[in-house]
Amino acid sequence: MQVLRPLFHIMVFPGFLFLVAFGLFASWVDRKLIAKFQNRVGPPILQPLADLIKLLAKEDIVPEHANRTMFVVAPLIALAGVIASIVYIPVWAPEAVESFQGDLIVVVYLLTLPAFALFLGGWYSTNPFATIGSTRVLSQLFGYEVPFFLACLGPAIAAGSWSISDVTLAQFGGHWLIALAPLSFIVAMVALIGKLERVPFDIPQANTEIVSGPEVEYTGRRLAVWKLTFLTETIVGSALIAALFLGGPDFWGISYQAMGPWVGGLVGMIVLGVKILLIVFFLSLAQAAMARLRIEQMVQWCLLWLGIPALINIGAIAVMVHQLGV
Amino acid sequence: MAKLSFPVGPQHPALKEPENLRFSVDGELVVDADIRLGYVHRSIERSCSERNYVQDLYLCERVCGICSNAHTLAYCMAVEKLTEVEVPVRAQYIRMIVHEFERIHSHLLWLGVSGYEVGFESLLMYVWRDREIIQDILEMVSGNRGHYAMTTLGGVRYDITPEMEARIREGLQILRERAEYYADICTTEATFLKRVRDVGTISGDRCRELGAAGPTLRASGISFDIRTEFPYLQYDQVDWQVYTSELCDVLGRTLVRVQEVVEACDISLQALDQMPDGEIQARFPRRVPEGEATARVEAQRGELIYYVRSDGSDVPVRVKIRTPTLANLPAAMEMVTGGYVADIPIAFMSIDPCFSCTDRMVVLDDVGSGESRTMTWPELVRLGRQQ
Repeated sequence: MQVLRPLFHIMVFPGFLFLVAFGLFASWVDRKLIAKFQNRVGPPILQPLADLIKLLAKEDIVPEHANRTMFVVAPLIALAGVIASIVYIPVWAPEAVESFQGDLIVVVYLLTLPAFALFLGGWYSTNPFATIGSTRVLSQLFGYEVPFFLACLGPAIAAGSWSISDVTLAQFGGHWLIALAPLSFIVAMVALIGKLERVPFDIPQANTEIVSGPEVEYTGRRLAVWKLTFLTETIVGSALIAALFLGGPDFWGISYQAMGPWVGGLVGMIVLGVKILLIVFFLSLAQAAMARLRIEQMVQWCLLWLGIPALINIGAIAVMVHQLGV
Repeated sequence: MAKLSFPVGPQHPALKEPENLRFSVDGELVVDADIRLGYVHRSIERSCSERNYVQDLYLCERVCGICSNAHTLAYCMAVEKLTEVEVPVRAQYIRMIVHEFERIHSHLLWLGVSGYEVGFESLLMYVWRDREIIQDILEMVSGNRGHYAMTTLGGVRYDITPEMEARIREGLQILRERAEYYADICTTEATFLKRVRDVGTISGDRCRELGAAGPTLRASGISFDIRTEFPYLQYDQVDWQVYTSELCDVLGRTLVRVQEVVEACDISLQALDQMPDGEIQARFPRRVPEGEATARVEAQRGELIYYVRSDGSDVPVRVKIRTPTLANLPAAMEMVTGGYVADIPIAFMSIDPCFSCTDRMVVLDDVGSGESRTMTWPELVRLGRQQ
């Protein structure tokens, strides 16, 4: 049992299976919302699952000149990084499955893995489109990663802890940290768009320019793994933002302990699910309302309009916490 | 980073037709650009010399799926010059109306695609939804959504009835409002502006040197439109203005096209008011007198030229088609060179290229020897692939 428990947490709940199931649902919500914004009908609810099954059934090709090991391993590392990070994020109660001082930093770094893996996978597939896309992945990383990290620092300083579970616990029954760190919240949301490579920051993929960039040589199962990576990263990234700024599974002081472990856990999960879907709504809205930027415009804009507000917010929080004792 | 050879086409999501563009890329900058035409051989010009004038009408219509009416119009105008047949005034008005309808649908199509090229998918969805209005009108008038087969030798094939007129007016009113709305979107949406302002710039003088045509030319501040410079049909009878832009970039070309949609609505509405009653088709002789004639029309992509030579029989000796894309290609290559890789699709598409209409095959190695030779299909394929 001692061995099976972590395995269950990583592979079934709240890990792989749960993330994929909820990710597919969120992907349907996302596609349906964009369709509604664009005056279209949109796909039926099982469409994302059907797409996934179709990809799994397709032929799997490794390019002749590609570095086979890197090409094959890259998507798996990306997916593993995303799934491992959910273990440290509270899903049904203020406590995550595992937590320690500093797990916030671990999660932020684990969520950077897909970008690096995408770069390596694209680079070693030796396709000109993938090469350009890969360099864009790294350039874009400099644009959003620093502001994202700074934005995550805000709640950590406010709660006085480097553990996500502690930050969430600090918000239970009190006010959510979005009240203290509104700028950081906005910065984190915009940086999440960059992390997930969605419009207006879908520059590394840019299908009309470089034909989906680093992913261009991936087919079949391996492409499905990339799709799953971004699907699950949507959930994990949203859950992280919800945990840091929106109180995670908290719903204005309702006590989950009073409901018992099962009912309380279920209500907490539903509350978090709704918060994640609200963040997905924001992502869809941005996708429907904007055009894709150019890479140099993106990096410049992000460092200026995301980096500086995040720093200002951190300064404000530090002053409030240490001088006023909020 | 070392220079990278970056191919676009023959298969690429940004191109809807097979064409090969080769770019030398230094990081994100385009250092050099080269185009290779010649993936689509349909032998339409040659086939025209083997069919009679009426059959050629349908063949010319199929040169292009988007500007099919402009092709039949130019062809008919050239042949009518040879036969000196007078086209009834009502037919000329109807030709003009359909000509403008086609401009509306083509420009809206382009606007949607340009939105897609910069990742602004909502623009594509909305514009193409509104484009259905003009498509429905075209279907009502001609029976077809594409290849309307409206223009025929000596006139038009279908009349516009009063019931149709009412529905056309209603549709055009909506389209006019929507076009103005899109002009507003294109000039205010920040991310879209970032992708079209100062992208693919080319000066008016350079445009003139390279022989650019149509909206590409007008977006660089040069007011040149065949409809006013060499009026045909009844364009001198309606009140309208050539819209130009001094921006010289993709935004300028977008605005010119959107504004032309508004103008096209106005021209059509005026034409409906002024249209006299009468015949819609004149009798047309089977045989065309000996001679040669050219006709130029302002197709939506620019100036379209038809040259027809007749030897007095019912089959033309030569039909030569100069499509506007050929005129715009040198300008397009200049727009792309020196820009960013990300701007290749939108800058290149800003001339609204149509490659299948442009592709020709010319073999020059035995000119002057007086010899003729026959090429088989495998030989043609080999010729197309070598280089």
